[in-house]
Amino acid sequence: MTAPLLQARGLAKHFPVRRSLGGAPGTVKAVDGVDLDLAAGETLGLVGESGCGKTTLGRLVLRLIEPTGGKLLFDGTDLLTLPPERMRLMRRRMSIIFQDPVGSLDPRMSVADIIGEPLRIFSEGSRAERHARVADLLSRVGLRPEHAARFPHEFSGGQRQRIGIARALALSPAMVVCDEPVSALDVSIQAQIVNLLMDLQAEMGLAYLFVAHDLSVVRHIADRVAVMYLGRVVETAPKRVLFAAPKHPYTKALLAAVPVPNPRGAMPPVPLAGEIPSPLDPPSGCHFRTRCPLAIARCAEETPLLREVEADHRAACHLVT
Amino acid sequence: MAAEAVLAVGALPPARRFALTRRLFRHRLFVTGLVLFGAMLFLALAADWIAPYSPMRMQFRARFRPPGGAFLFGTDNFGRDIFSRLCFGARLSLGIGFAVVVATGIIGTATGLLAGYFRRLDEWLMRVMDALMAFPAVMLALAIAAALGPSAANAVIALSVVYIPRTARIVRATVLVVREMDYVQAARAFGGRDLWIIWRHILPNSLAPLIVQLTFIFAYAVLAESILSFLGVGPPPPTPTWGNMIAEGKDYIREAWWIAMFPGLAIAITVLGLNMLGDGLRDVLDPRLKVQQG
Repeated sequence: MTAPLLQARGLAKHFPVRRSLGGAPGTVKAVDGVDLDLAAGETLGLVGESGCGKTTLGRLVLRLIEPTGGKLLFDGTDLLTLPPERMRLMRRRMSIIFQDPVGSLDPRMSVADIIGEPLRIFSEGSRAERHARVADLLSRVGLRPEHAARFPHEFSGGQRQRIGIARALALSPAMVVCDEPVSALDVSIQAQIVNLLMDLQAEMGLAYLFVAHDLSVVRHIADRVAVMYLGRVVETAPKRVLFAAPKHPYTKALLAAVPVPNPRGAMPPVPLAGEIPSPLDPPSGCHFRTRCPLAIARCAEETPLLREVEADHRAACHLVT
Repeated sequence: MAAEAVLAVGALPPARRFALTRRLFRHRLFVTGLVLFGAMLFLALAADWIAPYSPMRMQFRARFRPPGGAFLFGTDNFGRDIFSRLCFGARLSLGIGFAVVVATGIIGTATGLLAGYFRRLDEWLMRVMDALMAFPAVMLALAIAAALGPSAANAVIALSVVYIPRTARIVRATVLVVREMDYVQAARAFGGRDLWIIWRHILPNSLAPLIVQLTFIFAYAVLAESILSFLGVGPPPPTPTWGNMIAEGKDYIREAWWIAMFPGLAIAITVLGLNMLGDGLRDVLDPRLKVQQG
């Protein structure tokens, strides 16, 4: 295997917080020592409950939020030590699609200006060339070139997401962070957008870091899946392996919670009790132990490391062998 | 039409401009304000043609003439025509108000943008603004105008210093909201420099509350300028400003009420008109702030 396009090692973001006036300052470990590999042209699905840090991780990878620790290699370049101007130039090759199709498009800009913005920022081509590129991008994402003169409020949610995708692809990036790109859309539209993303990937050789909480979407689009819990990756494996034979108890519970489309079938037992613990005060040792049905004494004392349990299958649990 | 209204419309996507203008002209408050303020603006702009006399010309045989006849609004203690002085006074009073709006608009907006966008500048920029805001508006303007000496330019400086912090606050508050929007994050993710982001995204999306605020500042500035003139730190007499006219007329208020009455009315109509204009603009441009439709 060649070196991956994106390589994160021990990536962390700790937000300082003050719990109350005069109280001791604490930290929220939104992302706490994450290792991640993303190969060129592949899709890595990043799943977890809300609040587990998956969106933060997506922003860290693009340095939209400054990490507080760890290493981040993009195509062999260490992004975190890059001076601002060189980091800016690096952004040609990475891109992002947002969850909110309303907030991610400037309401005062025309579609042509929105999609052409990355091109203008990097002074790519002449005015006419940019115009042609925008028209080409519009047709690629299934919109019509004459839509270029319109404004975001004239479009539906799915169409706006297509505009966001066109913008993300304007500079032909190598990697796109998809931050829950379909979770704000109607189910019928979700499939269209996911299929569009897959078609574009095949055409342009894009690598996706696909953040989602919907397992069925991830199952459809991802090549590999990483499961996050409270700021840490607890399991990562190729999609087929993970869905067929999960190792970590949290992954098992997550998969068991997927509703089965069979009205006659028995309801599965509630797999997990309780809420996700406060990230301000996470449990010692394994973060999942407070809700884990298998927890033993060792889980409270020692933090399990993400280690290879099978070829290309890693899990962070003391009980997995 | 007020320059602000044009600005407001220009700030929106072309597709919405037409609908917005139509909504503005359907808004009763806005139209009333526009008519009142427009009338005053007309007096100021057309003063050279509509004023029957020179504002300085004294006719000693025609002192204290009541309104009517050859003198529409009567004459003052020097036999000067009140209507003529009112027209030329409008030119100066509104001119000072407009200059204050432009100065505050530019400097206040720049300060607000910098403070809201670069959080490191925020602390000390806003502390300076807070320090200025700690003084009562008119007291501060009075002190500055008195220190600089009475002239129209100094009145503009004094009033701008007073209103810049208020504008900066409003802009900063809006910027704090806009900078967290996903499209700003997007511009950063796609390699946009700070200046690009501020100019292309933050400023256009922060204009609506600013424009509304500037109409109100116009009104306050006209009012405050009259106060400065009345107290003798505005443009010195015999320059016709509304404040000067009231100051001169106050000694004769029992015998010749019209000397102070008409400039007073002019101030009231201007301020009322601008306030209505601002309320209308706010309702249409910034519906979140709307309390009730006028």
